[in-house]
Amino acid sequence: MSVSPDGRLADNIVYFARALRAAGIPVGPGSVLDALEAVKAAGVGTREDFYWTLHAVFVKRHEHSLLFEQAFRIFFRRRDYLDKVMSAMLPQAPPSEPEPPKAGAQRVAEAMFSGLGEEDKPKTDVEIDARLTVSDREVLQRKDFAQMSALEIAQARQAIKQLVLPLNEVKTRRLKPNSRGRVVDLRRTLRASMKAGGALIDLQTLGPRTKAPPIVALVDISGSMSQYTRLFLHFLHAVTDARKRVHTFLFGTRLTNVTRALKQKDPDEALESCTASVTDWSGGTRIGTSLHLFNKLWARRVLTQGAIVLLITDGLERDPDDRLAFEMDRLQRSCRRLIWLNPLLRFEGFEAKAKGIRTMVQHVDELRPIHSLESMGELVRALSADGGQSNEATAWLKRVA
Amino acid sequence: MAQKQVTLPASIDDTLKLLTGADYVADRSLATVLFLALKMGRPLFLEGEAGVGKTEIAKVLSATLGRKLIRLQCYEGLDVAAAVYEWNYAGQMIAIRLAEAEGAVDRDRLSGDIFSEKFLIKRPLLQALEPDTAGAPVLLIDELDRADEAFEAFLLEVLADGQVTIPELGTVKAEHPPIVIITSNRTREIHDALKRRCLYHWVGYPTAERELTIVRAKVPGIGRVLSEQVVGFVQMLRKEDLFKAPGVAETLDWATALAELDVAALDPATISNTLGVLLKYQDDIARIDESKASQLLDEVRAELRAAE
Repeated sequence: MSVSPDGRLADNIVYFARALRAAGIPVGPGSVLDALEAVKAAGVGTREDFYWTLHAVFVKRHEHSLLFEQAFRIFFRRRDYLDKVMSAMLPQAPPSEPEPPKAGAQRVAEAMFSGLGEEDKPKTDVEIDARLTVSDREVLQRKDFAQMSALEIAQARQAIKQLVLPLNEVKTRRLKPNSRGRVVDLRRTLRASMKAGGALIDLQTLGPRTKAPPIVALVDISGSMSQYTRLFLHFLHAVTDARKRVHTFLFGTRLTNVTRALKQKDPDEALESCTASVTDWSGGTRIGTSLHLFNKLWARRVLTQGAIVLLITDGLERDPDDRLAFEMDRLQRSCRRLIWLNPLLRFEGFEAKAKGIRTMVQHVDELRPIHSLESMGELVRALSADGGQSNEATAWLKRVA
Repeated sequence: MAQKQVTLPASIDDTLKLLTGADYVADRSLATVLFLALKMGRPLFLEGEAGVGKTEIAKVLSATLGRKLIRLQCYEGLDVAAAVYEWNYAGQMIAIRLAEAEGAVDRDRLSGDIFSEKFLIKRPLLQALEPDTAGAPVLLIDELDRADEAFEAFLLEVLADGQVTIPELGTVKAEHPPIVIITSNRTREIHDALKRRCLYHWVGYPTAERELTIVRAKVPGIGRVLSEQVVGFVQMLRKEDLFKAPGVAETLDWATALAELDVAALDPATISNTLGVLLKYQDDIARIDESKASQLLDEVRAELRAAE
């Protein structure tokens, strides 16, 4: 049994790969060749075997399995298709029409997004003041950000360079050459002594290698925070650009991982693809629920190697209950340091309605309030500062708690 | 031939038979991807929750195929010296001193002598490239997510071409590349460049039917009723909102523990006494208290009655 590159099966696998790509699974040309090889190796037996053969090659992440399943079901929908595939592999068989890839991709996309918006029904709450009030009502909406100016981008880059987070460097267990180190590097020692013909032994040493710990940002994008969202996203894009390991999650009424979107080089493009993947802009807040989802689904995957968590929210939760405290507690225990950045917090005029703030404050390592937040520079200063502001916050904390 | 070499399975069915023969109860999807990995000579990347039998696959493969198992347990700080190769520095220094004593001071010859294979200490990755009479060994790279990201880059050459480049010596290439199994618990994402070179498979929790087969194969002394209840209860627990759902390894531990305690059938008190075998987080244990356990147990009993 052979699979000729110009056969129908090859065509169909190429079309299928294209459909997968359209549905959001990164499939390179190398994978298509692998798929042909795999099908050749396994042969086309039952539908299930064919499914798992292609799955083995095309799927590289667990979360893509679902997409793959949908795409496969739609693409190879006709029950007699596999018979045709098998007959197509024989030279005398009449060619069968390949499925149009465009339509398949379209339906995969529909299949992907159907089901959203069913789980949470909007509640009828009446809110009067838009800022500093919260609701747990879900408002699904898209958002358009103004484009970045060149000056803004340059300023952001400058500002990020000055960013020094607490615990900015952590020791790893790896070593690097260091003249004051304590571990003898025999390999370099020997090389150095070989230079001198082996007569002299000049000890070379190693010291610990440090690196910046991963940053995980959890950003509130609810209505009460909406005026700062663009700034924060731009900030996180710049940080993602400057550092290696940054994960960003947005939450309002649901939790969205936008790490991949923010990895795009151009800030406008990055923010645009962020916008496309989030549906709950400027709606209500469910901090407890969102943190629960994060703890359950992501914490063990992203909070390793001494991660620092930046929690950016005003802490205005409509119904703070035990759950919020429980999830905050768990979050604090799973990371190296939990920093809460609150752009709306004022020390005076603090009222009982902000019970969520009281609950959360007990479970953070550091609180960084910003009285007025206008620019990236201020944001970076607030994050880099130690002492000054946080002392004030600590004193306030004691008063409240 | 002194040693009979076990041939690689020729089809998906053969692969399934091979695994079943060694008491590894696999589903067809796993057999498919394993067959492809063997046939195409590609590394197999297995991801899944802790305790679903990822490492076991490599052990079973090496046992059934009669190949040597070379295991590289990953940890934070793992580097080339521990994973690939290291020079025998003490030996090299003595060689230098001896050369000096003999009066041979030709530097080029000396460095050629001391950076030769004689002074090379082979670590797992290099060992896996050595020819073996039983056939290419099984190389298990366990819990890759524990190693630093930087370490992944060392693996790319081995995985793609079955070779290792040592600057002082040149390239060491295996005549028959090893069968590579990589496992990860997904505590972080592995880089796409590495995944691209592998066949990927997510090892999930087994279905009730398959788990029952596993329990009966691995805990031979267990009674029919108890095994059904144990599996039913664990399957029920996985649907609960727990921080860490029990894996197959925990099911087996629990079944063994209960069998050792001579329990014939589950009751709420026994469950809450032995729950620590199954759940490893205090919050989870607190959630499944005695009343909750008895409620779940009732559901399991009702389900089993309905199945009869």
